[in-house]
Amino acid sequence: MTWDWSAVGEFMPLFWDGLIVTLQALALGSLISFSLGLVWALLMRTPTRWVQWPVGIVTEFVRDTPLLVQLFFLFYVLPEWGLTLSAMATGVLAIGLHYSTYTMQVYRAGIDAVPPGQWEAATALNLSRTRTWRAVILPQAIRRVVPALGNYVISMLKDTPMLMTITVLELLGRARLFSQEHFQFTEPVTVIGVAFIVISYLASLLLRTLERRLVR
Amino acid sequence: MTSGLWELVLKGIWTTVQLLVLSALLAAFVSFAVGIARTHRLWIVRFLAGFYTEVFRGTSALVMIFWVFFVLPLAFGWQLVPMWAGTLALGLTYGAYGSEIVRGALNAVDPAQKEGGVALGFTPAQRMRKILLPQAVPEMIPPFSNLLIELLKGTALVSVMGMGDLAFSGNLVRLALQESAGIYTYILLIYFVIAFLLTRVMRGLERHLKAGVR
Repeated sequence: MTWDWSAVGEFMPLFWDGLIVTLQALALGSLISFSLGLVWALLMRTPTRWVQWPVGIVTEFVRDTPLLVQLFFLFYVLPEWGLTLSAMATGVLAIGLHYSTYTMQVYRAGIDAVPPGQWEAATALNLSRTRTWRAVILPQAIRRVVPALGNYVISMLKDTPMLMTITVLELLGRARLFSQEHFQFTEPVTVIGVAFIVISYLASLLLRTLERRLVR
Repeated sequence: MTSGLWELVLKGIWTTVQLLVLSALLAAFVSFAVGIARTHRLWIVRFLAGFYTEVFRGTSALVMIFWVFFVLPLAFGWQLVPMWAGTLALGLTYGAYGSEIVRGALNAVDPAQKEGGVALGFTPAQRMRKILLPQAVPEMIPPFSNLLIELLKGTALVSVMGMGDLAFSGNLVRLALQESAGIYTYILLIYFVIAFLLTRVMRGLERHLKAGVR
């Protein structure tokens, strides 16, 4: 086994560029999945099955099929339909959509965990429906689910390398580029492998602190 | 689509199923080995098992696949057949997730059960085999079922390495027909059907195992 530190040194500038792209994709993907997931969760609570069934089936379908194929679908099919997005935007959209079907379940559990007394109190105070949701239910529900949402951010981080397949130059994309130019595979792939372990470990520590502060 | 292209898709399904079964077997083995090691009485065994879980859960499955396909042959001279390389990468990664399930289920067994085993003079291995596992395994099935779906979705990653699985056959058909909406819809539907069948099988297994305990 040969390990070449100079290759690591040469790869590092590319590494930092890739890390920025990865974190950007992660931040935007999280944002989409958090908001879209809440929309799905609220739609599932509408009383009519004409909304519940389609939403249920679509989200189940998205959750049970590979993100990689969904990426290809959006990347190649959207332009055929006349909607041309950049590779990065497509990737962020795919990750956000895929994970919104997970965060949706998290929100649902959070909403279900709000004690019935809170609903009754809101009714007794004659709060409107919107106000009940905005001022009573959601603040309590979301506070409870932050740690679970955080876990999905870590999962999303580990799925961002898939964006490489649609030409986004995130960490793995840069590593592959570097390998092809310098014929050195060992160093860049190992460096980003370690980077993923370190980042997700730090993130899980951060999450544990957050959990202690939010859920008491 | 012509019949030749459908044949390509069928071959892809077969590769995906093979890879799924092999990596699920490896992942199950790793899950139980590491999960049980995490409840071991020696701290060093617990520590090593915990370290394994953190490392393999921490890294991305696709990076792991890259590592096994490119770095393993270069750095150690181990050139694996693609099927085994894919199995190894997926089995080790998803096994790390599974070990958390096994550990959680073992810890959830009532401590009095273990004490009962000690009082009856069972050896640690007997306690594990005859008391803890029979009660813990049925509880593991629902989370394992979810993990199996994640593994199925993970198998699509090997297509990046040029392995002819279902996702890869979709790409080939797209190139052949210059049309993507239809074929990718079919591919997604096939994955969905496989996932649906898997959940059914796991639900049946859960019923079967629970009937044995109570």
